[in-house]
Amino acid sequence: MDQEIILRVDGREHRLTADTRTTLLDALRERLGNTSPKKGCDHGQCGACTVLLDGRRVTSCLVLAVAVASDEAEVVTAEGLAEGDDLHPVQRAFITHDAFQCGYCTPGQIVSAVGMLGEAGEGWPSVVSEDLDTDEVVLDEREIAERMSGNLCRCAAYANIVPAISEVAQP
Amino acid sequence: MTLTNDRVGAVGVPLDRIDGPRKVRGAATYAYEWPLRDPAYLYPLQSSVAVGRITGVDATAALAEPGVLAVLTHLNAPRLAWSGDPEVAVLQSDEVAFRGQFVGAVIADTLETARYAAGLVRMEYDERPPDVRLDTDRDDLHRPRHAAIFGSMEGDLQDGSPADSAVGDLDAELESAAVTLDVTYRTPIHHHNPMEPHTAVAVWNGDDATLYCSSQGVHLTRQLLAGAFGIEAERLQLVSPHVGGAFGSKVYPASYATLALMGAQLAPGRPVKFALTRQQMFAVVGYRPASVQRVRLGADREGRLTAIGHDVVQQTARVKEYAEQTVGATRAMYAAPNRRTTTRVAALDLPVPTIMRGPGESTGMFAIESAMDELASAVGIDPIELRVRNEPRTHPESGLPFSTRELVACLREGARRFGWDGRDPAVRTRREAGWLTGTGVAASIYPSPRLPGSSATIRLDAGGGYTVEIGAADIGTGTWTALTQIAAEALEVTVDDVTLRIGQTSLPGASSAGFSSGINCWGTTIYEAAGRLRARLESEFGGTVPAEGIEASADMPDNPYVSQYAMYSFGAQFAEVRVREDTGEVRVPRLLGVFDVGRVINPKTACSQLIGGMTQGLSMALHEESVVDPRFGHVVNNDFAAYHVASNADVGSVEAHWLEERDPYINPMGSKGLGEVCIVGTAAAIANAVHHATGIRVRDLPITLDKLLS
Repeated sequence: MDQEIILRVDGREHRLTADTRTTLLDALRERLGNTSPKKGCDHGQCGACTVLLDGRRVTSCLVLAVAVASDEAEVVTAEGLAEGDDLHPVQRAFITHDAFQCGYCTPGQIVSAVGMLGEAGEGWPSVVSEDLDTDEVVLDEREIAERMSGNLCRCAAYANIVPAISEVAQP
Repeated sequence: MTLTNDRVGAVGVPLDRIDGPRKVRGAATYAYEWPLRDPAYLYPLQSSVAVGRITGVDATAALAEPGVLAVLTHLNAPRLAWSGDPEVAVLQSDEVAFRGQFVGAVIADTLETARYAAGLVRMEYDERPPDVRLDTDRDDLHRPRHAAIFGSMEGDLQDGSPADSAVGDLDAELESAAVTLDVTYRTPIHHHNPMEPHTAVAVWNGDDATLYCSSQGVHLTRQLLAGAFGIEAERLQLVSPHVGGAFGSKVYPASYATLALMGAQLAPGRPVKFALTRQQMFAVVGYRPASVQRVRLGADREGRLTAIGHDVVQQTARVKEYAEQTVGATRAMYAAPNRRTTTRVAALDLPVPTIMRGPGESTGMFAIESAMDELASAVGIDPIELRVRNEPRTHPESGLPFSTRELVACLREGARRFGWDGRDPAVRTRREAGWLTGTGVAASIYPSPRLPGSSATIRLDAGGGYTVEIGAADIGTGTWTALTQIAAEALEVTVDDVTLRIGQTSLPGASSAGFSSGINCWGTTIYEAAGRLRARLESEFGGTVPAEGIEASADMPDNPYVSQYAMYSFGAQFAEVRVREDTGEVRVPRLLGVFDVGRVINPKTACSQLIGGMTQGLSMALHEESVVDPRFGHVVNNDFAAYHVASNADVGSVEAHWLEERDPYINPMGSKGLGEVCIVGTAAAIANAVHHATGIRVRDLPITLDKLLS
């Protein structure tokens, strides 16, 4: 069944007719031509499709486009993190630290990192946090590694991803 | 006389990745992502039985679904002009050789419709029970003939080497040696699992086709596919500038590319998009075959090896032989006057294995380097010292001198950086808050071969800009950046003066990215073309660029030293592990490697390759295992939830270092391969550290918790 929907992506509104089975990921990639989020598993297991949905990181392969539209949610992809040619600090840090090789998981890693920094800023604990009640999360390497473990990197750039994020977390 | 120059230029500079800004915003275009008008979508049908024959197809319901354009099966698939490779020859008969084999496809207006309709196609089979058991007691093990069937190289294994080798008298020496070891190691099936699923997007216009394909080598792929479809190679264009990881699984993108091209023939003029799902990747894009490896060592009381035996039994597929050089590293590693290696394979009703990062070396060196650690314990010698004592002066089998071999320096430098000295060899003696700790070491080796088929063209325009063209691949390896640096050095200009073009068949031919040979082959070829361009500029134009510009082309030149020297990269890897005493959980807080890879083109991207390989080695040591259901012949754990690869939290400190050197005989850059040596030995270093921590010797990968709870 097709449905007419509006998606707000990277600050722009898109009106489209979508199959109700279409995931947000497929709508972005196949319908809107935004190939920044990648399809790695289509099962929410790899994180390559991570986008921000109203500021929270989600795997866009597990969200239906019609649901996002009816929520009038704001979608931000890695493409939308950059302002023109000005890259987001996390994007710049990924380049400087060479925190990727093939680049396929990279937009998802970067969006996830931005979302994660927001979560930590709000005091969200992780499974490795010593103190669950504190408002001040110290993003040491262990915290970053734990919080970024929903994003697989088969080239295995983890040892560069953590310092790249760390640099932005503690400027 | 050497090949290597002493130029100092763009090579050796830790340049940021040229494709970095595009990749971090997701703007680098992978195969599925080309903006093509009005695409159709293909969803494959896979056999639900392991062995048998298709006896019936009912596509009525699928064809009745709105938006379905065609259902493709062996009944209506185009007959291929060449079907010599069973992986290329999809849908050419009713035979099923393994579960998950492509038996058809649905092509539809949308992905959702194609996928839904695929579920409506009914297939009936005449099924036979599969035979998927790998063991050394099978009576049908045979000496492999991989190359004889499918390769152009002579030899039995996929690198062209013989299945067996012998020097001296192994059996007699093992009878009389002062110290002997006879142990068997096992490695499971591993799947590459690149993050980008294998993709082929095909469009036909008359007799011409374009294929956007994730490929490690567009020219080799084109050669296979153009032959299969019976068209001149020039009529098929492949485009693959960015590849989302490969690790060997995209060298022969045969079955899915064939299917996409067939599907597109049913929708002329319309692009047909096909990307595998993660689950499908476990059946049709290859994997590292399981192995059973018996290692026998004989030594004197000081640990000097007098005998090395390595007998490998591995599995292959009944439908197509694949056999890798699991014994290859053993032939080159240590001195011993008596030695023998053998390779036998069991042909099973499983999908076709293929090369996977360090094919043969990664599994073979898990066994050999674990055995060396066991020998070190048996004779009471430090494992580094044991390796130093057995360092050969020349290649132990061929007798050729090594072009460069700095294994001992890697071990010494690694020991210094890791803090190895003073290590207490006693096992299961260090405890910290419920964790047993230990350290381990292993050596790494990987050959630096040359593959044929590379050519390059360089154009110089009147404005001083150079365009370098070669059909090379960047599978995450940093080719875009490294070849730009090599071209700049060879042309004696800066990287800003060079525009590189790679990754498509419209460019001069190039060997595939594999065997750690890319930079060696492509760089050598670019160097040659650069030399010709500069000579031409000087001799014909007196050094002044004409208004129309000039160009020069070259094929990869011969290297006379290839037959005179044994060329290998080496390394030493160190691991620190913690094993939780009550649960058996293994953590690896530290990995450190020191490598002998010749001259490093780009320290930044090279380091990423090295730590990436080491981390994949950690993943192989602790996480990865594809479990085959013996009843149905399929991989049970066919997704990322169940096939574990190392995640961020599984990894601690990973450090890679290298010796500053130039190999004088290999190529003008002085660089050896580095993409694979880094995964070789890692699993053994971790297994050895686990033994140091726990006293438990795990000889079958992966090292899971159950194996550490006795």
